[in-house]
Amino acid sequence: MSNVVLATPEVPFESRGLDKKQTWWERLRKGDEVVHLITLAGGWSILVITGLLVQHLWVYSRLSRHAFGWHFLVDSTWDPVNGIFGAWPFVYGTVVTSLLALAISIPIGLGSAIFLAELAPRKLSNALTFLIELLAAVPSVIYGLIGIFLLIPVLFNVVPYVQKYFGWIPIFNGTFYGVSYFSASIVLSIMVVPFIISISREVLISVPVSQREAMMALGATKWDVTWRAVVPYARQGIMGSIFLSLARALGETMAVTMVIGNVAQVSTSLMAPGYTIAAVIANEFTEATGDLYLHALIELGLVLFVVTMIFNALARLLMLTMKGHEVVG
Amino acid sequence: MKPFDLSQLSRAHEVRFASDEPADEKLPWPQFTVADLNFFYGPHQALKEINLIVPNKRVMAFIGPSGCGKTTLLRTFNRMNETIPGTRVEGSIRLGDKDLFSFPATRLRRVVGMVFQKPSPFPKSIFDNVAYGLRLDPSIRRNEIADRVEKSLRRAALWDEVKDKLHQSANGISGGQQQRLCIARALAVEPEVLLLDEPCSALDPISTAKIEDLLFEIKDLCTIVIVTHNMLQAARVADYVGFFLNGELIELNRAKQIFQNPEMQQTQDYITGRFG
Repeated sequence: MSNVVLATPEVPFESRGLDKKQTWWERLRKGDEVVHLITLAGGWSILVITGLLVQHLWVYSRLSRHAFGWHFLVDSTWDPVNGIFGAWPFVYGTVVTSLLALAISIPIGLGSAIFLAELAPRKLSNALTFLIELLAAVPSVIYGLIGIFLLIPVLFNVVPYVQKYFGWIPIFNGTFYGVSYFSASIVLSIMVVPFIISISREVLISVPVSQREAMMALGATKWDVTWRAVVPYARQGIMGSIFLSLARALGETMAVTMVIGNVAQVSTSLMAPGYTIAAVIANEFTEATGDLYLHALIELGLVLFVVTMIFNALARLLMLTMKGHEVVG
Repeated sequence: MKPFDLSQLSRAHEVRFASDEPADEKLPWPQFTVADLNFFYGPHQALKEINLIVPNKRVMAFIGPSGCGKTTLLRTFNRMNETIPGTRVEGSIRLGDKDLFSFPATRLRRVVGMVFQKPSPFPKSIFDNVAYGLRLDPSIRRNEIADRVEKSLRRAALWDEVKDKLHQSANGISGGQQQRLCIARALAVEPEVLLLDEPCSALDPISTAKIEDLLFEIKDLCTIVIVTHNMLQAARVADYVGFFLNGELIELNRAKQIFQNPEMQQTQDYITGRFG
């Protein structure tokens, strides 16, 4: 290629000012620097707020941390009168209700999303999605009321039959008072299902036509296209919607406290009343007499924060291993 | 620095024709017989009175400017157009001696495979991509799958490049390899016909050459219908070439005939680049 010579520009490189470095002020005036600063500030503010939050929870729970140490997590006694505090019933209640709520809402939410994205006529789908997104905006206290006045009376009719036939399974036995882990889980699942539906529908719709056609061209039925091409392609987005729902369920306060019974105990039976972390903080904060009581409640907040983090980390890990599995399998 | 001659820049490619069969050659049995075919997207008529025969175990190429209906015709052969709402077909197409529309669409598409313009591997491993079509058919035994995957990858001339990374993601290989993977995926179910919709338009010349070589290899196994914008490609791979314009089939002939001595003025104008 030695016979090719690049044309030299008529104007020398230096005299066109291209070699000069722009000053900071020039870059600021051109806008790049402004955008950079604004977005940087936004990004840092998230870290700062989270950091301050943890620091506060840590500092203002010191009395309780010093008094109970690690036992706080595993101790089941919650006795404000005698100043004995253990978080286990609340952690248990939070985890059980959230997981059960997800177990109920994932099949319903995913099924609805697949129907709305793949099967329903587009106009019907858009109208229904609008209604579903409205559901997500209903205040949680309303869901609590629905739980008390609508769900619990229905459960009083249903649960005796369940107990008659399945009562031998530990999770269904015991006296049913209406308020229970089970009621709270159902209310929670109703609350999170709109998130799963609307986000999953969006990602399912955005799966490229090329993926669908490639699958169809292999002789796949409509269901095969949906289940083996569209859903796997949208898997990450669907998982995202589930994480969001989980976070919502773990932190939900009002609706849960109205239907869970607010009893600080650990029961195998889902039909028994219980308590969650968010609910106990909301209920007892105003009546917390004494610093130790207050610090114990704040430590509960710290525990909730950690539980949420652990769940998110586990979910991410699950997704990574699933990804690895996909490729290996 | 040596000056160079203008003729070096414009040296014409030497075209190697796929088919040099004599004019009195007896055609093999027809794979597709298209009679009086009209196709509509809503009120717009995309194909007008198409009559043609696609011979079995030959390569036929469709050329023509964008929007001339060649892709529409291709997608009619495996009834992919049915999935678009508002489309309508008139006329008849026969696959062998049977009516194309008498098959269930899903069974038809296993006999008439298709490869698309953009490589569209599934976000799975290379192995799974090829095995996908096989797994749809419950009559194919599990232990057969690995053999058939290898066979298809070999036919698609991809085996040597991917045999060490069969279980890695198909998104990690190059565009040309992805397209050959899509061909392997289509070949795995052993179709009678392979439809290719501009399979090389997103690829570099080397990948294109590999795919063209591969078409030569597999044309003994199945009938190939290819839509292409690249006339040299049509000349290189096709035995027969159909030229389409505005939804009409202007001329269908032996590739050599079309490119060296077309009967119609419009064909002549198109292949010499007088319009496009």
